[in-house]
Amino acid sequence: MKKVQPLVEIRTSPHIHHSHSVPQIMLNVVYALLPLVLFWVFQYGISALLLLLVVVGTTLLSERFFARMAGRQSPLNDHSALITGILLALTLPPGFPLWMGAIAAFVAIALGKAIFGGLGYNLFNPALVGRAFVQAAFPVAITSWTPAYLPGRFLEFIPSTLALPLMRPADSSTWIAELGQRSEITDALTSATPLAAWKFAGDSGDHWQLLLSLTSGASGQMPGLLIIFCALYLIARNMMNWRIPVAVLGGAFITALPLYLYDSSRFADPLFVLLTGGLLLGALFMASDMVGSPVTPRGILIYGLVIGFVTVIIRSFGALPEGVMYAILLGNALAPLIESVTQPRVYGVGVTTLSALKKPPATATTPEQRHE
Amino acid sequence: MFTSLWHRTFSHGVHPPEEKATTAALPIRRMPFSPRIVVPLSQHFGAAAKALVHKGQELVRGEPIAAADGFMSVPMHAPVTGIVEGVELTPSARGPKTEAIIIRSHLAASQQVMYEGDLDWQQATPEELIWQIQQSGMVGLGGAGFPSHVKLKIPAEYTVDTLVVNGCECEPYLTTDHRLMLERSDDLLLGIRIAMRISGAKRAIIGVEDNKMDAVAALRQTIGNDKTISVGVVRSKYPQGAEKLLLKVLTGREVPSGGFPFQVGVVVNNVATLALIGNLLPRRRGLIERIITIAGPGVKKPGNYLIPLGTPIRFALEHAGYFGDASRLILGGPMMGNTAASLDVPITKPVSALLVFDKAAKASEAQPISPCIYCGRCLDACPVHLNPAHLGRLAAKRQYATMANEFHLNDCFECGSCSYVCPANIPLVQYFRIAKSINRERAR
Ligand code: SF4
Ligand code: SF4
Repeated sequence: MKKVQPLVEIRTSPHIHHSHSVPQIMLNVVYALLPLVLFWVFQYGISALLLLLVVVGTTLLSERFFARMAGRQSPLNDHSALITGILLALTLPPGFPLWMGAIAAFVAIALGKAIFGGLGYNLFNPALVGRAFVQAAFPVAITSWTPAYLPGRFLEFIPSTLALPLMRPADSSTWIAELGQRSEITDALTSATPLAAWKFAGDSGDHWQLLLSLTSGASGQMPGLLIIFCALYLIARNMMNWRIPVAVLGGAFITALPLYLYDSSRFADPLFVLLTGGLLLGALFMASDMVGSPVTPRGILIYGLVIGFVTVIIRSFGALPEGVMYAILLGNALAPLIESVTQPRVYGVGVTTLSALKKPPATATTPEQRHE
Repeated sequence: MFTSLWHRTFSHGVHPPEEKATTAALPIRRMPFSPRIVVPLSQHFGAAAKALVHKGQELVRGEPIAAADGFMSVPMHAPVTGIVEGVELTPSARGPKTEAIIIRSHLAASQQVMYEGDLDWQQATPEELIWQIQQSGMVGLGGAGFPSHVKLKIPAEYTVDTLVVNGCECEPYLTTDHRLMLERSDDLLLGIRIAMRISGAKRAIIGVEDNKMDAVAALRQTIGNDKTISVGVVRSKYPQGAEKLLLKVLTGREVPSGGFPFQVGVVVNNVATLALIGNLLPRRRGLIERIITIAGPGVKKPGNYLIPLGTPIRFALEHAGYFGDASRLILGGPMMGNTAASLDVPITKPVSALLVFDKAAKASEAQPISPCIYCGRCLDACPVHLNPAHLGRLAAKRQYATMANEFHLNDCFECGSCSYVCPANIPLVQYFRIAKSINRERAR
């Protein structure tokens, strides 16, 4: 047998590498979101399913479109657009008109990601950019929540879902009222989220209900336990930095507590604050998005605390019942600044020679003695 | 595993698979002499040695064949009894050709070391001992090959009170220091005492990772009740063996950025270096052989080999049962070693291991490079607390000066931890090396 000179590969150290790849990490985020998606569809039925498909489909198509334009390769392989689509859908009301959902998805990719140069270069969480856009553009539709667990939810569409583009969506309340009469559930008539109910009616519900969300009436509310559970999966696989959600929730808690103690009739109790609105989902799945958050340890803490603080301030003093979205976008905007002022102290920087061990200079150092 | 949590360590770092089990249990074995020996004149940090021999000259093993060129240089000795074939340009591990003495071995010769003398090190002055160490050709036996006598020479205005002996061997696969501590602890202790005498250190601490508790036991037994020498057990983690990190763990002192250990009263030496000093100095011998680990998926007979310096890699690999189809040869550990450009390059003084990775091992590393997703894992890995993610972004924008001036690029010692954990597979360390060399160019 002839001996072949093997092709010797030249490369630089390190020669070993150990990490999940970016696509693997993103795919696992998708897995972690799946239970939430299923639960959401279970809560709201086919309207929610259709909305999800439209939103996700639009994000994927937009991602591909913009990547083609920029000449980048196989952008869908990193699954990040899929995550954007899912997160965006989960923040929309289930009866949100489909055409508006498509616009939200397009804006999320176009303004949230593509103009910055794609994944890794974006400043903001794309899903929240899309959500913020439709919040401003369609203020009525974005706040029209349908109750969860409507009896006919797997058979009929919520009327507003199928609204034609540029048309004012049909008012769903008569439809809901009819459904309510048919099934003799009068509770179901409420279409306010728990947060709106508290904000405008002073009703703060029951914590267990918020954690589980298994009863009707809790619309726009994901079960807190499920969200935490899904996030724990990512944390256990070292695919999410747990410090971010902990800092966000901690920031919200320490802001809400003194307010509540000061005047419990005007301000919500801290647990209610943590469990309502999108705070859990936002803290665990949006604020923790690596791209928009600082990487320095102290930066992460400050970023999280700012988001938690701003969320509670908006909720307590602003005109809007929900503040987490704007708080995260603000956090994203501040991230580069926060990071630049929280650079870690590097080994050996700021320390000096041990003077106790230094002799009075007798002879000068020869140049050869300076080494390395 | 949990006991290791009790042992001291530095913050951050990574835990690559150790891969030491196969060779850690294998005693040091001598490798036969290769028919051809290549001794490059520059195997160390500093000026190349000057050849003392000419073509056709007969050599006896251990005889000086090249002299040191100044203080920052070391001599070379004949690793084998044989005849000089020439002093020629030959390929080096890094690629460019360098001058080397080529020796044809007399395979029938007894290979006795004839060149030796006596040295009563306890009577010798530190200056004499430093000179003797330079004459032995000793250099740091891992990394850049820094001349040992220079390292032990403390500038006159500093006092050193502690000798830190580095027995961490934190690189995966490497087991030579481990075997050495087990098999040659007497040489090591003698070397430590010589180094203490030279540096004036009052105490010595041998830092050993807790995956080598048998070595710790062996050392403690050899030390007996000498109160000046102790063993400090540290947690197994990469890069525990980085001298400034180990020094901080063992003494609590932090070396100023850009400074040297002697500024905080410490001198650091590797166990392999000190064991050889202990072995060679009393007999005034030169450094002609070293122990290396040959391992990796591509060899059938991995082990710890005592190998003559100048042995071509090809010969060493064939002896270790090389399949002949592996595509990656690493001189040194997988985290900081270099790939060898060809099989014809020789084993030199600083080479601690020869690792052969096959294609299968390579596939898992062939992940595509994607943009940084700012996951922060590199920050959690960097033992000197740099911000590799930001440095990487600056490097992409070619802002090399900013990297050095504002983000402490020069404190990076290229340990590779950041690249190791990066999910985007960004070659961060490579960027940093390029940035440093461009900064050096510009400074000229
Ligand atoms: S190679 Fe440099 S930047 Fe990367 S982890 Fe090591 S010291 Fe830090
Ligand atoms: S590990 Fe890689 S992807 Fe993560 S922050 Fe560092 S450079 Fe970016």
